[in-house]
Amino acid sequence: MAGILVYALHDDEGNFNKNSLGAISEAAKLAGELGTEAAAVVVGEVGDEACAALGAYGAGKVYRAKAAPEGLAQPVVDVMAKVIANEGFSYALFGGGLLGFEIGAGLTARLNAGVTMEVTEVKAQDGKLVAERPVLQDSAIVDVGYVGDPGIIIGRLNAFDATERDGGSAEVVDVEVELSEWSTKATMVNRGEQRGADVNIEDAEILVGGGRGLGEAANFKLAEELAAALGGAVAATRAVVDAGWYPYAAQIGQTGKTVAPKLYLAAGISGAIQHKVGMQSSENILAINKDQNAPIFEFCDLGVVGDLHKILPKLTEAIKAKKSG
Amino acid sequence: MKEVPDAAVQKRIDASTMRLDRSGEKNLNPFDTHGIEAAMQIREGGAVEVDEIVAVTMGPESAVRALHKAVALGADRSVHLTDQELAGSDVCATGYALAKTLESEQPDLVLLGQQSDDGECYTIGAVVADHLKMPSLTQVIKIDISDGKLVCERQAEYGYDTVEVQLPAVISVGDAINEPRYPSLKAIMGAKKKPLETYATSDVGIEADSVGETGSKTQVLAVNPPPEKEAGEIIEDEDTNETVEKIVAWLDERKLI
Repeated sequence: MAGILVYALHDDEGNFNKNSLGAISEAAKLAGELGTEAAAVVVGEVGDEACAALGAYGAGKVYRAKAAPEGLAQPVVDVMAKVIANEGFSYALFGGGLLGFEIGAGLTARLNAGVTMEVTEVKAQDGKLVAERPVLQDSAIVDVGYVGDPGIIIGRLNAFDATERDGGSAEVVDVEVELSEWSTKATMVNRGEQRGADVNIEDAEILVGGGRGLGEAANFKLAEELAAALGGAVAATRAVVDAGWYPYAAQIGQTGKTVAPKLYLAAGISGAIQHKVGMQSSENILAINKDQNAPIFEFCDLGVVGDLHKILPKLTEAIKAKKSG
Repeated sequence: MKEVPDAAVQKRIDASTMRLDRSGEKNLNPFDTHGIEAAMQIREGGAVEVDEIVAVTMGPESAVRALHKAVALGADRSVHLTDQELAGSDVCATGYALAKTLESEQPDLVLLGQQSDDGECYTIGAVVADHLKMPSLTQVIKIDISDGKLVCERQAEYGYDTVEVQLPAVISVGDAINEPRYPSLKAIMGAKKKPLETYATSDVGIEADSVGETGSKTQVLAVNPPPEKEAGEIIEDEDTNETVEKIVAWLDERKLI
């Protein structure tokens, strides 16, 4: 079979990741155009019913490797390489997110195969798949084709929508895989630890996002005061969350949350691609940054080149005055 | 290490080769400086003895300058893989070539920046690791060493993961892991005197047909401009009171306040 194989990531409760479900939906659509089938790989102890339910997104078969641990890339590379070797898939497709990048890259080396990452669209062309990838901070889009099998496609976060269809249930096939020696040399000690208080940024209509440009953790109060005046919540970039300035629950982007508020006010955020994917669907984007070359100025609706330490406090006062007046 | 176009250079794709136009000012990939700093901190931390820190790059002749910078930042010596045959290598071919070069060094730990500033691929670490048959982890933001093992933290889909990794290993570090130090004037001056080995593909056993355009498994079929998006308005803050007035008017117009 010349089909498309997708890795379906899940959390410790067995709930499948939204981007993985999107990848299965996309694979099923493309497989239809190529006249082939889409299938999924699942690792860890996931029940028959949950696996079979992936059929609703278009997976004809689900290859399950119970003995491989979830959350690390290399064991999944072992499993996918074996399934591809046994069944002859022509493409491996991954939804956005960190693990897809790692697994896709490992598979590239293992199978001596072509890989394209940050893919926003996939087209079927002359019986083959062509991946579209934005490059150079999205200033150009390249169409990438593959030489030989399999072609490996790693999607950008939220590139593919998860759509349930009137599908039956997938056939679940258990696979036994001997893990490679090196993939057993990394072990998960603690997975998915949450840090910081819960802030429900996904529901907020107005968000003030803070980035490195705020200078230090204490300056987040400028963003908080502005958010309070606007009646919104505070969000953060990965860099400041990693640096411990703000809780993980407020993080937007590739490894954080995806938001689409009415207003996204980006304070001191450069607009790197990992952040952009999490907030680009916002209705109105207002950016304040002193670096006039910051990529965010290329996709915001209103950009202010200036020092946010001067602008934010005055803006907060002006909004308060406007609201009370 | 990777040599990349300087941040101030307007990057473009050369339509005749479908490759990144690499003319103009170049610099050491800023993400890689976090890798060197991580190596320095491991050495200074004293939990393990570090014999030497070696900076390795693959790239054209000019990439020597990136290696000099890496040495100025703390590497003891450097290795430069350079050969016409490598031009046009994709991720698959580049990872293979780097792995062959590293193999000859037999490192205990390979550290990389999480991405290059130009290609933005995020993947080379994991490609290299599989070729070297070493465990690997990417986007690591904390490394502790105990009993010869690495205890790494990184952010993934569901929050922070803590992963124990046995050496030898390949680790890509995120830019939040440290603040790279500035090189001293003395280190900058002395960088050119540190040992630098230059290898061609045949020196490290790279099969010529596995690299360059011949060895690449992807083909750029077309380069297109992104879909048109109406450019937003940009204002310079010269008078903050005036700027704030403009912002408030803009918010008001859109019924956001």
